[in-house]
Amino acid sequence: MKNFTLTPENQEKFEKISKRYPKIDSMMLPTLWLVQEQEGWISPEAMITVSELLNTTPIRVYEVVTFYTMYNTKPTGTHHIEVCKTTSCMLCGSKEIIAYLEETLEIKPGETSADGQFTLSVVECLGSCGGAPMLAFNGDYVENLTVDKVKTLLKESSNGN
Amino acid sequence: METKIVSKRFHIPESYKLEVAKKHGVYGSLEKLFTMTPDEVITAVEKSNLRGKGGGGASCGQKWRYMPLNDPRPAYLIVNADESEPGTFKDREVMDKDPHLLIEGIICSSYAMNIHTAYIYIRGEYKWLADRLNTAIDEAYEAGIIGETLMNGACDFKLDIVVHRGAGAYICGEKSALIESLEGKRGHPRLKPHQKECEWYFGDPATVNNVETIASVPEIVEFGYEAYTKHGTPKSPGTMLFALSGPVKNPGVYELAFGHKMIDVINTLGGGMKDGKKLKAVIPGGVSCPILTADEVNKAVLDYESMWDIGSTLGTGGMVIIDEDACMVEVAKNIIEFYHHESCGQCTPCREGTGWIDTILHKVIHQQGKLSDIDNISDVCGTLNGKTICVFAPAVADIIGSIVVKFRDEFETYILNNQGAEHE
Ligand SMILES: Cc1cc2nc3c(=O)[nH]c(=O)nc-3n(C[C@H](O)[C@H](O)[C@H](O)COP(=O)(O)O)c2cc1C
Ligand code: SF4
Ligand code: FES
Repeated sequence: MKNFTLTPENQEKFEKISKRYPKIDSMMLPTLWLVQEQEGWISPEAMITVSELLNTTPIRVYEVVTFYTMYNTKPTGTHHIEVCKTTSCMLCGSKEIIAYLEETLEIKPGETSADGQFTLSVVECLGSCGGAPMLAFNGDYVENLTVDKVKTLLKESSNGN
Repeated sequence: METKIVSKRFHIPESYKLEVAKKHGVYGSLEKLFTMTPDEVITAVEKSNLRGKGGGGASCGQKWRYMPLNDPRPAYLIVNADESEPGTFKDREVMDKDPHLLIEGIICSSYAMNIHTAYIYIRGEYKWLADRLNTAIDEAYEAGIIGETLMNGACDFKLDIVVHRGAGAYICGEKSALIESLEGKRGHPRLKPHQKECEWYFGDPATVNNVETIASVPEIVEFGYEAYTKHGTPKSPGTMLFALSGPVKNPGVYELAFGHKMIDVINTLGGGMKDGKKLKAVIPGGVSCPILTADEVNKAVLDYESMWDIGSTLGTGGMVIIDEDACMVEVAKNIIEFYHHESCGQCTPCREGTGWIDTILHKVIHQQGKLSDIDNISDVCGTLNGKTICVFAPAVADIIGSIVVKFRDEFETYILNNQGAEHE
């Protein structure tokens, strides 16, 4: 197994943020965020490194990583699309949006397109119900979706950014 | 129709910037705050009858009294910005448009409870809002508003504010699960003690309050509780950020004094139903509250007591509007999928019950339903109520149970019309 290390920059951030809490235990989520920002996902090696940083066991880190839906336990595509399927979005047409994405990208929720460009996730309420239906594109919220809007979004993002 | 207290600066362009917000009165309560004793601040908040806006509606001032007095341990304020209740998207408006109001509220509240460290626990998906808060907090440090002293030494009181990002888990909005998460663990709610007491962060006293609750405090400090109780009803004074979502013309967040008729709000601020559809039902305060039929919506009044009288609750004030096109079996299925996914899994009735109802409704939707399934769902709801660590499970019983009871006819018709070949 390869060793995982935080970049010097992230190590510095880790030390700075640690000072804000009375106990290192509270650094669990912030450290996992640093790892994910660095790597795009959280590998078993990274979990071991995090456990060493936080003076705990790898299994405790694993327990946390697998509880929270936003931590990726495998790499995602270049673009991560998370479509909300909860009540307000469903009432405003999220099903159509999800069906369109599945069809166009030829993948099911949880999968990554063959070219590695897009990962599709179907998620629960993102706190943006007033803009239903909505999705998060690499974390940025896109609201009041129509199929046309999604079409443009996909086109723009595959054209090289 | 609107009464703007918390939302008073929302319409001002770039009001999230310190310079702009200051021009429009932010931090105006602090001069008055420093002339008051902490006890006087708590008393004012008690008398204002400010209630928690996170969904529970507990009296804020009373809750603050649970913090031990003259205690040598450090104390913490934890601001709940998890905003994970479906249909709820109001706290984001405060953080997006007026983050300095939240900081002002944190200063007032921390001063009242002798707290020197405040955490804002924000849902992980609100990354850009966490950035916005951090920018505002940096501005506040640089301007000497918080830090070693308050307002550049105007008050010798140390205060640090830290933004802490969650990582995607509805249950972390529950206050004790939130603290477990802040302590670096899975978000498992804690067993509640019999007596009322404060919360505990690594064994030290803590108070958890919703963003909007904290953002309501500066008004009460600056203008007195009498100014606040002037709005609303005698038992539910003040205002709340109500949210409308679903097929209405103008979904959004609107601040209203308590006591408006729900239907008026939907028809005026909400602009009525989209495409001239008929209103069928409303889930009044986030999906955890019992559903209201169109008839009940016509009678519903937006204050705590009126909503209880009508058999529901005000919750977070996030109204999910449902029109005639919606199929209530699908609505129920959609909601139970949410709960099934989000149950933390500690309590058997909740973990198994949500899965069980999900399975039954899956069967119904896949043309294998039987009429007896309707009663089975109600039975499972019965096993969820009052037998679990947190109120997640009773909320499931409330919403699913109410949909099944109030729309029983629709379930029956659906089942009879959708029986596939497998069914004898
Ligand atoms: C399952 C569940 C989810 C909750 N989610 C939230 C939430 O997202 N935001 C929030 O402020 N309160 C939430 N609450 C309520 C909190 O437990 C707590 O009562 C509240 O944050 C206290 O603040 P308040 O008194 O100012 O409302 C939730 C409660 C439960 C049981
Ligand atoms: S009721 Fe459900 S969510 Fe609450 S503690 Fe029990 S299992 Fe977890
Ligand atoms: S239901 Fe989709 S953002 Fe809330």
